[in-house]
Amino acid sequence: MTTLAAARVDTGDTAWLLAATALVLLMTPGLALFYGGMVRTKSVLNMLMMSFVSIALVTVVWLAAGYSLAFGDDAFGGLIGTLDHAGMAGLGPDSVRGTVPTLLFATFQLTFAIITAALVTGAIADRAKFAAWLVFVPVWALLVYVPVAHWVWGPGGWILTELGALDFAGGLPVEIVSGASGLALCLVLGPRLGFKKDAMRPHNLPMVMLGAGLLWFGWFGFNAGSALGANGLAAAAFLNTLAAGSTGLLGWLFVEQRRDGHPTTLGAASGAVAGLVAITPSCGSVSLLGALAVGLAAGVVCSYAVGWKFRLNYDDSLDVVGVHLVGGVIGTLLIGVFAVEEMTGGPEGLLYGGGLTQLGRQLAAVVVVAVYAFGVTYGIGRLLDRTIGFRADEEHEHTGLDLTVHAETAYDHGVLGHGAPVSASVLPSAQKVKPQE
Amino acid sequence: MKLITAIVKPYRLDEVKTALQELGVHGLTVTEASGYGRQRGHTEVYRGAEYQVDLVPKVRIEVVVEDAASDAVIDAIVRAAHTGKIGDGKVWALPVETVVRVRTGERGPDAL
Repeated sequence: MTTLAAARVDTGDTAWLLAATALVLLMTPGLALFYGGMVRTKSVLNMLMMSFVSIALVTVVWLAAGYSLAFGDDAFGGLIGTLDHAGMAGLGPDSVRGTVPTLLFATFQLTFAIITAALVTGAIADRAKFAAWLVFVPVWALLVYVPVAHWVWGPGGWILTELGALDFAGGLPVEIVSGASGLALCLVLGPRLGFKKDAMRPHNLPMVMLGAGLLWFGWFGFNAGSALGANGLAAAAFLNTLAAGSTGLLGWLFVEQRRDGHPTTLGAASGAVAGLVAITPSCGSVSLLGALAVGLAAGVVCSYAVGWKFRLNYDDSLDVVGVHLVGGVIGTLLIGVFAVEEMTGGPEGLLYGGGLTQLGRQLAAVVVVAVYAFGVTYGIGRLLDRTIGFRADEEHEHTGLDLTVHAETAYDHGVLGHGAPVSASVLPSAQKVKPQE
Repeated sequence: MKLITAIVKPYRLDEVKTALQELGVHGLTVTEASGYGRQRGHTEVYRGAEYQVDLVPKVRIEVVVEDAASDAVIDAIVRAAHTGKIGDGKVWALPVETVVRVRTGERGPDAL
């Protein structure tokens, strides 16, 4: 009886995790809108498509092998999991992990892998060959995301259990991996045509705000769901998520007002996301005051970090590095400062008498994960670029990927714009209509 | 006949339309336009990066009138579009050889 109780599904925990999983999945369409609004009209559909197609690609790869490699028992000395559950073998409705069905746990984790892939697209906006992205995502998911997820969250994953670092909801596998991978890919592809010369204004800021709102909404599932139960820790993570997003928003706006003279909507959306990124690893280990400080630090620092690309000449188009890598590093490191025992059940940060021990562990984890993700992604990117090519044709990039890759335009710009000729709508699809250009 | 073309601030369009209607001008054509004169555009800031936007949105109003009405129409447009601030726009007039009403085939001043 007592042994059985440990492996029994808790209905409350399961109900919450079902909802949380749906919330996290919604973040990827939210991210698509967040990114889509920031690019120019000629490539907004391509931006949305790269995120949407990531949902499908990562799902297939995850069910085929990714879940087993990430969350299976250690193989090769803990570098990766086994393939015992490839194709979800041996897992049925009765399988239990913790207090929830294993299939639900696997789906929850899948939504994290999806958004991490989608996050990378922000670094390569407007210029990536779509076919190359379709090949890149499955390979990258298996070689970059899955190993890191195994080290951090896998059974006996060495980063949490042996190194003793803390990462509640994915500062390492999601934020730092996406940021470091984005940096690698934007270096492989090179800058957009006209980078630093042409005005590349966001074409739809209300879309960016809507996307940021959906991200924030979904982030409650991301962070509070990572408690893997409907409990007090989930509630604390939930509150910390709201708190850090708020101070991130305020911090970014404060810098803008002082530096640029205007508080902007893009700054508000970016600041909220920066705060949310930073609280992702730390939401389960810091107090409410700590969360407010983590969000503020991310909002302020990231508002400067997004300018580095212009000085160092890497075209991280939509600031995956400036927001997700930098914000992820801030949040992961600050655990070493603000961790409190009542949240962690042991380790304490510098401010609470824990000394530098935890900060050192956090730093080690950050360096290992960032270097691994950057290195392997760079390798995959170069290989694809050499073989099938990762950069879109120059002409396609000038015209816009919406028309050249997808044969669509996002907006009807009136009678003289890209609006489809009226007669085209009544032609059978077999009769191809050449786009006006 | 004269073709009068006015480039004015978009938010003055309604005033210009009203002023022309009061003068008995029965038709005009409006297009969205962009350009710059002494106003020289403005600056926008996105994530701390400044963008110089040279071309300022304007509306272009075109109206064809009889020679005798030309000065009054120009004056009315100038009065209605005037704000006194830089970027108020320009108005000019050109001679028009002929005008045809497509529906009836009327030519010249009768077609106005």
